[in-house]
Amino acid sequence: MALLEVRNLSVSFETAAGRFFAVQGIDLSVDRGEVLAIVGESGSGKSVAMLAVMGLLPPTATVTADALRFEGRDLLAMSARERRGMSGSEMAMIFQEPVASLNPCFTVGFQIEETLERHTDLDRAARRARAVELLAAVGIPEPEERLRSFPHQMSGGQCQRVMIAIATACNPKLLIADEPTTALDVTIQKQILDLLLRLQAEHGMGLVLITHDMGVVAETADRVIVQYNGRKMEDTDVLSLFERPQNPYTRALLSALPENARGGRLPTVSDFAPGGAA
Amino acid sequence: MSATDDPDLLSASRPAGPAPVSPWLENWRYFAGNRGALIGLVVFLLTVLIAIFAPLIAPHDPAQQFRDALLAPPFWVEGAKPGFLLGTDALGRDILSRLIFGARYSLMIGLVVVTLALVTGIVVGLVAGYFGGWVDALIMRIMDIILAFPSLLLALVLVAIIGPGLFNAMLAIAVVLQPHFARLTRGAVMAEKNREYVMAARVAGAANLRLMFRTILPNCLGPLIVQATLSFSNAILEAAALGFLGMGAQPPTPEWGTMLAEAREFIQSAWWVVTMPGLAILITVLAINLIGDGLRDTLDPKLKRS
Amino acid sequence: MSEPPVLETRGIVRDYVSGGGFGARRVVRALKGIDLKVERGKTLAVVGESGCGKSTLARIITMIDPPTGGTLLIEGREVDIARHGVSREMRRKVQIVFQNPYGSLNPRQKIGDVLSEPLKLNTDFSAGDRRDRAMAMLLKVGLRPEHFNRYPHMFSGGQRQRIAIARAVMVHPVLLVLDEPVSALDLSVQAQILNLLQDLQDEFSLTYVFISHDLSVVRHVADDVMVMNKGEAVEYRSRDDIFAAPEHPYTRTLFAATPIIDPARIRARVEAKATRAVAGQ
Repeated sequence: MALLEVRNLSVSFETAAGRFFAVQGIDLSVDRGEVLAIVGESGSGKSVAMLAVMGLLPPTATVTADALRFEGRDLLAMSARERRGMSGSEMAMIFQEPVASLNPCFTVGFQIEETLERHTDLDRAARRARAVELLAAVGIPEPEERLRSFPHQMSGGQCQRVMIAIATACNPKLLIADEPTTALDVTIQKQILDLLLRLQAEHGMGLVLITHDMGVVAETADRVIVQYNGRKMEDTDVLSLFERPQNPYTRALLSALPENARGGRLPTVSDFAPGGAA
Repeated sequence: MSATDDPDLLSASRPAGPAPVSPWLENWRYFAGNRGALIGLVVFLLTVLIAIFAPLIAPHDPAQQFRDALLAPPFWVEGAKPGFLLGTDALGRDILSRLIFGARYSLMIGLVVVTLALVTGIVVGLVAGYFGGWVDALIMRIMDIILAFPSLLLALVLVAIIGPGLFNAMLAIAVVLQPHFARLTRGAVMAEKNREYVMAARVAGAANLRLMFRTILPNCLGPLIVQATLSFSNAILEAAALGFLGMGAQPPTPEWGTMLAEAREFIQSAWWVVTMPGLAILITVLAINLIGDGLRDTLDPKLKRS
Repeated sequence: MSEPPVLETRGIVRDYVSGGGFGARRVVRALKGIDLKVERGKTLAVVGESGCGKSTLARIITMIDPPTGGTLLIEGREVDIARHGVSREMRRKVQIVFQNPYGSLNPRQKIGDVLSEPLKLNTDFSAGDRRDRAMAMLLKVGLRPEHFNRYPHMFSGGQRQRIAIARAVMVHPVLLVLDEPVSALDLSVQAQILNLLQDLQDEFSLTYVFISHDLSVVRHVADDVMVMNKGEAVEYRSRDDIFAAPEHPYTRTLFAATPIIDPARIRARVEAKATRAVAGQ
């Protein structure tokens, strides 16, 4: 049984110009211990699909699916309260802007302990000890001192580490990372990706990595889903994606990479745009 | 160019955006969706029309005294005299006619004061925000000093110094209102001046004056327009207050505030002499404030309902 | 004598003073002596992470800010904006394209005006001439005539970047500073913009200073590469040399951190993971 199973997921928004489908009929599954990368350009709906899984979409969004199951439990049948209890503990999510994701008014220690208070029965002292442990686990030096820091006193990379600490506070079975390194420098990106993969391996988590960066995919993913215009274009293992891409859009995307340029010019996606683009 | 370089086919084909409309049209549609603002606009336009065509509309000359109809009540009250819809004042002048001509003064006051305050405030604020440093510090401390006085008191002092009269009153009110514009402009300019498009214009060869007035200023106008509208009603109110205190327009000018002042002693005996100018001020100011609120919602993207 | 390089800097230093007022003044040295030289028609890529001083360098080369010390030469002529300001003629020679296509266009200016403004400021062309040239440039960068009277908010990021590039090229500069011009764009749009930049370079024999943090883009566009760290140029060599054998430890760190798409590496990684899974059971 897959950890997360999604069948025929559609998400639409009501806009002034009519109903707009951000995600149309997507199937996907994530297993325990698996790293799934969801790749796409802006407007491909790659974040929206996962926000729907987390139940984090605004009320203006309409979510429909034939199945939306986490460990076999039907997420669609759950009450809002049950889902809130689940997100943050059994499945967690981190975002692109680490500094904006933390509340600037509170120390990072307070924010980690807040999550623990909501989802565990630990007492005050145990929460503090766990917070120190978590900060150490995500590679922040002098964790006791750092608990008293405010987000603006830390760098972007450190803030993302804190976000990861908060997300993994309750040992989630599934971690969704939405462009976790896009706002960071490459050297920091490498550290954060290594950290995510280490935590994923240690805890046997399922990890969904939403990204637009093919390099990140190549270095991290087991399996890859390519999305375009709200639709799934390709769902394959990472090696096949780069060696034998099946879908024309995927092929176009890969050939648009500067490292794949032959001669001076880069082929562009519009040359290959599938029918869905028109 | 080859077909390869068709720009952004992908993005162009994404959710078909609304047909391009000019920003003005878009803003108007949004503004028109606000019922209060629309009513305000209609009332205000009516006032403007009344002011323009006052000699045609007014039943009587505003200064003409009807000795046989002193303090006649409005038409729905017993004892009303035909021909005086809203009654007459202590000198037998037709109140309706005086209100109609008074609209001219009120609108003129609003227009002159706001124009004066807006123009000086924008220039002062632009200079302060754009150049920064000691220029900014000096200008803004002066503005702070002006703002530290209760506005009516400061206007009173200024009028006392330069002498009572409608024009001096307008001048004084403009001085009092001006720092609000200066502050607003300065804040907006400081936010905009480091944006990349300003840098790009500078690299393209634009000099300071052009950068200030052509590049930056148009992007700061939103909040200024709102402030100008609200100041318009403020100016009418303050001018009425000065008139009431005898420091503004002098009798027999049919300015609404002055009319109120003249009618003070009849509050008990002939309520309409006081109430009618008061209502005129209330309605006009309310209408303009409604417009201002609507404009603020329209021009401030943060408040826009999406 | 041969033609002087389009751009040359000697020992460019830039200090920022922070604090002041009642606090202690602190001087931060953002650039610690940058020497570089770019010949006509060539592309110099400046690579580094945030805070390395690459954007400060861009502002100095574009003559927006004066350097605290050192010499800036454009086509062999010294520019000293701190003392003499910049002549119209000099200003025209160096143009810039910014990273953020959403901030670099004036929201209240129609595209046609965006493109003709540089001509209005720098040339004596008539209004009709300016319009014709702006329209021609609009088409050259791959936009359509009906875009002429639209406002920036009606365009996508890639289209805006085309407009920004067109504006920069309007006055026929000799040097274009490209400050992360494709970093904010999607992969497919990035490819289009890189192609456009290449076409324009060929057509107008433009010289580029291409600032980027993306090594794969740099490898594609650059002739020479300068790697910056903490205000210093730690390595400055030809592209082929530097990619073949990075010398400085920082350059190596940077290269090692950059994700690479290499099927052999992917296969090794996937197999290692499978082995671990088997061992774990």
